[in-house]
Amino acid sequence: MRTITFEQIASAVEGLCIKANTQIGADVKEALEKAHAAEESPLGKTIIGHIMENNAIAENEMVPICQDTGMTVVFVTIGQEVFVEGGLTDAINEGVRRGYEKGYLRKSVVKDPLIRVNTGDNTPAVIHYDIVPGDKLHIMVAPKGFGSENMSQLKMFKPADGVEAIKKFVIEAVEKAGPNPCPPIVVGVGIGGTMEKASFLAKKALLRHIGHHSDKAHIAALEKELLEKINNLGIGPQGLGGRTTALAVNVETYPTHIAGLPCAVNINCHVARHSETEL
Amino acid sequence: MKAVRLTTPLTQEVLRQLKAGDTVLISGTIYTGRDAAHKRLVETLDRGEDLPFNVKDAVIYFVGPCPAKPGQVIGSAGPTSSYRMDTYSPRLIEQGLTGMIGKGLRGPAVVDAMKKHGCVYFVAIGGAGALMARSIKEAKVIAYDDLGTEAVRELVVEDFPVIVCIDAEGNNLYEQGRAQYQRA
Repeated sequence: MRTITFEQIASAVEGLCIKANTQIGADVKEALEKAHAAEESPLGKTIIGHIMENNAIAENEMVPICQDTGMTVVFVTIGQEVFVEGGLTDAINEGVRRGYEKGYLRKSVVKDPLIRVNTGDNTPAVIHYDIVPGDKLHIMVAPKGFGSENMSQLKMFKPADGVEAIKKFVIEAVEKAGPNPCPPIVVGVGIGGTMEKASFLAKKALLRHIGHHSDKAHIAALEKELLEKINNLGIGPQGLGGRTTALAVNVETYPTHIAGLPCAVNINCHVARHSETEL
Repeated sequence: MKAVRLTTPLTQEVLRQLKAGDTVLISGTIYTGRDAAHKRLVETLDRGEDLPFNVKDAVIYFVGPCPAKPGQVIGSAGPTSSYRMDTYSPRLIEQGLTGMIGKGLRGPAVVDAMKKHGCVYFVAIGGAGALMARSIKEAKVIAYDDLGTEAVRELVVEDFPVIVCIDAEGNNLYEQGRAQYQRA
């Protein structure tokens, strides 16, 4: 057994919250640069230019890229030989509490979904745990803004509906969202499993680096086809018209039941935040 | 593209000259408000009481800023999704509101009220909160302090960059722009 302390975890999460909210990923930067060069709409090109300028200001001045610093979604992969001294969930939430305070990040979480009083520290986080062999602890912090989160969709298809129904569903979800999720967007699609597994996969798909396709040939082909069709919608940067509606479409799959074909769509805005570390 | 410069208050005379697609730099005073503040503003009107600011010829910005770091006027302050204010916006437009700044789609009832009373919907760049905060020179909470980031703030802005998305005739850049770049 390897022992990792509460303080090590809280401190790591604190740093990850600040980093994820102030520094854009290298993959996103590169994708925006390419989009800026290729965009046909003059207004769309100007908008992507402003987005790049915004990202540079955020990084240089250590201020949030977007004022919606999100609900903090945390993906944890924990080796079963790791012993956490002091409680893992509590340590993660303590890190979120410190990070959002020290980083001057907006606290956007309400305690009760109906009564709606702010918790004042952005906790609790939404935490997903995965237990694996070994003695490492991997933590990824992915703050999720709700301009894009609110555009999510889930549908339980019949097996007979097949891949064509899935394509139509994903494209319609992006079309319906239009300008709301702050395009250019990253589209996460989860196919298979159960209702909640498909939603989890769609969220997980957003974490994949832009430019990396699925290692399954038929899924990689589906990603490329969906990206092309989405960019043909004309929605463009901020929805004001143009060629760059999505920077990437990432599809994750899982085995499912003989009777079902669940499919979920989760959208990320152009900020597409995530930051990770291994303890 | 040459930007139109305008200074608040936004009068009917000025807003009638703005067309969907114009890029605009706003200077002067604007007010902030998002979901919870809008709910309270409309409840105030329902009770027959005065609003906490003069809404006549005013511009409202749908934003919930980040806390300001020491030395900053305001933290990151980009627009939030406007459709969540659709329930409330027609009431404020009837009271004389002439400009809204946000991002994303608006419902037909809002557009009808805009055409009827004269109001413009501007969009700012979603997710560019660090850039937009640079145009905000002063900020103070003037109502609903308990709402934190959702409190109503009076902002003094200088060359605040926006785009006319829906003008007072109902022309909509979301529709026009998309149609121009859509491929079969």
